[in-house]
Amino acid sequence: MTRWLLWTLAGLLLGGIVHLSTILVLPRTATQDAYARLEPLTPVNTMTPIPGPTPAKAVLPFMDPAFAVAVCRYDLANGPMKLTAPVSQAYTSVTFYNRRGIAYYGINDRAAGRRTIELDLMTTPQHDAMPEEADVTAADRLIIESPTTTGLIVVRALSPEPALMPMAQAALAGARCRSAQ
Amino acid sequence: MRLLLATLYTFILAAAIGLGSTWFALTHDAGFGALRIGSWTARPRAGTGGIDPYARAGLARSGVLPVALGDGVAFVARRDDQGRLFDGRCDTIVSGTTPAARYFTLTLYDPDGRLVANSLNRQGFTSEELVRNQDGSFEITIAPRARPGNWLPTGGVERYILVLRFYDTSVGVATRAEREAPMPAIKSMGACS
Repeated sequence: MTRWLLWTLAGLLLGGIVHLSTILVLPRTATQDAYARLEPLTPVNTMTPIPGPTPAKAVLPFMDPAFAVAVCRYDLANGPMKLTAPVSQAYTSVTFYNRRGIAYYGINDRAAGRRTIELDLMTTPQHDAMPEEADVTAADRLIIESPTTTGLIVVRALSPEPALMPMAQAALAGARCRSAQ
Repeated sequence: MRLLLATLYTFILAAAIGLGSTWFALTHDAGFGALRIGSWTARPRAGTGGIDPYARAGLARSGVLPVALGDGVAFVARRDDQGRLFDGRCDTIVSGTTPAARYFTLTLYDPDGRLVANSLNRQGFTSEELVRNQDGSFEITIAPRARPGNWLPTGGVERYILVLRFYDTSVGVATRAEREAPMPAIKSMGACS
């Protein structure tokens, strides 16, 4: 009897290890995460408008239907990127997601404090490789360090009422992401 | 033989417990750092690089892009203030005030995060669209049939969830209590069709 109790205890412990390892490994094996869903719709390093969610069809679950959305699927392998996004009348935000869909940086129009949001995106080694003077002259530039080489930049513009959606989409049409060179 | 049987038993038990608990955690929205106010739950830390492993696995499974903390915070409700799951065939009233934010949006989804079709083609309200009382509070009626005032149609679905997102708000990782973030009450009215 005691022996079976011991085996059960071993099973419970092993079960705990199985639980923790599956939770940790799952993000690496996911085939339907946000990046994978956006991949067929978005050319790399180009700002692309994403169709808004409808009851019949949505690119991603839980999208806010009050927002116009544009996505830049970036790859920093060939050097840093530059993002410019004009501010719409109501509310505009820029969010940076890594390859696994984790939001590592987000900023809104008021925090950016200008009519256009301008950001430089680079990996940590690329930032380290920047000449020092360039860093000084770039004091008014906002530099974001990406934890992964690939990821997503998502620009969102609020349409305060449904009739204003074309205006929000027009504001996003001016958003660009391109190579910094 | 005895040893083989016991080892097999241990492994089967481990697999059942390990995989079962993982499945349960992912389907029941488990995680750390939840901010619960009334019936509303938010995970401000899930919008940062400091996201916990459970929320991380949840994102990978669902494909959701979370609201970043520098952008805003999203509160989810699945039940009314009496603890009953939302029923789209009944009338539910969301009323009160919200924490300070430049804008907020309230959206109705099915449990998988899809919008729900209805004759009005309305899936939510932004803070600008709401008709408010004199003191700035509001009342939204979520019902299958047309109601006066702020009517959010359910399309008659059995189950739905509500997401209340605040943009440019002070609510975040440091928020602890209702006093800092007054959230609207959710009441079922008992009238079902």
